[in-house]
Amino acid sequence: MYYIEMHGHMVSRTTDDYRDMAMAGCVAVSEPAFWAGWDRSSAKGFEDYFRQLSEFEPKRAAQFGIKHVTWLCLNPKEGEDRAIAAEVLACIPKFLNRPNVVGIGEIGMNRVTRNEIATFNDHVQLALDHDRMILIHTPHLEDKLKGTRVTIEQLQNFPRIDPKRVLIDHGEEHTLGMILNAGYYAGVTLYPNTKVSVARAVDMIETFGAERITISSACDWGPSVPTAVPQLMLEMRRRGHSEALIRKVVFDNPLEFLMQSGKFELPRLGIQLRSASAAD
Amino acid sequence: MNRSCPLTTRQIIDEYFIENRTRLLELAAFLDRLRRSADQAAWTSDFRMQAFSRALEALAAESADKVSQVQLLFSDPTTEPKPILDEKSASGAWNAIGAALEVS
Repeated sequence: MYYIEMHGHMVSRTTDDYRDMAMAGCVAVSEPAFWAGWDRSSAKGFEDYFRQLSEFEPKRAAQFGIKHVTWLCLNPKEGEDRAIAAEVLACIPKFLNRPNVVGIGEIGMNRVTRNEIATFNDHVQLALDHDRMILIHTPHLEDKLKGTRVTIEQLQNFPRIDPKRVLIDHGEEHTLGMILNAGYYAGVTLYPNTKVSVARAVDMIETFGAERITISSACDWGPSVPTAVPQLMLEMRRRGHSEALIRKVVFDNPLEFLMQSGKFELPRLGIQLRSASAAD
Repeated sequence: MNRSCPLTTRQIIDEYFIENRTRLLELAAFLDRLRRSADQAAWTSDFRMQAFSRALEALAAESADKVSQVQLLFSDPTTEPKPILDEKSASGAWNAIGAALEVS
């Protein structure tokens, strides 16, 4: 079965990982900008990172028939520094028309500070000013509940937002309901120790249904598994779920979401842009 | 009653008992390890372990939706933003006393 990796930080992964993902059925990767594990010292560092995401990674993925799309931002872990945030936000627009840039992300909060909220709101405004989709990170562990609540509360201050063009990621049992009830797409990430196991992810699909839910590995430089989505597919089969339901969460839902960008197509599978005018 | 898992009760036990037995033993071993610590310090005063103990009680209670209850026991229930960044990483459980000191 084909699947779309909705959230993979491939800059941290090897070319062998792309090959393994392709062999497991991956046909597309959506890569949000994120924290490198250390704070960058200047906005110039982000510019180079955005070039890597929009120039190098699509070529690396294409070697294995994988479509690569990306999201740009200053990530939540560095959102406290308002000065560097302003510089990074100013340089993002020149990358937005690149062919694989589908939106702004992953923006959000880390420890839910006042500065992080201000940086988040600046990114949302940037996305609206350029009519771009948004991918949102929700905080880890004890901060997730608060961060998700504050995120949804802040989004309500932007009446122009279409919730179906926003994905709020890293949802868990105590936050998934509030994300879906507010009309947003919800992401569940299969990340060892700090996020969700495949068994719990399937429990969540059984509890909340499959509408507007996407699954991803969120693979990055930490302990993580680039082929976690196929592991979820196996877990769903282990429980006797239908192939149609599996396909919905690993392929149909992310496809429907990404197609709204007007930049996402999979010609090999006969999935083309809806119209020429939808593309930049 | 929600019947969204396609497996029967017996099938769920057959499929998942062994791996969850293992997890239970890991928990037990972790608690024993604390009692064998080099400094023999009381772990019950650590805010993370206090939340952990409450989570264990929630697991043993006769109630549904245990996973959400456990999630909430570890979560910051407030919505007031922090004035400034305190530390980069989360610790896994909300420190109510630490938060009170931060505000004061």
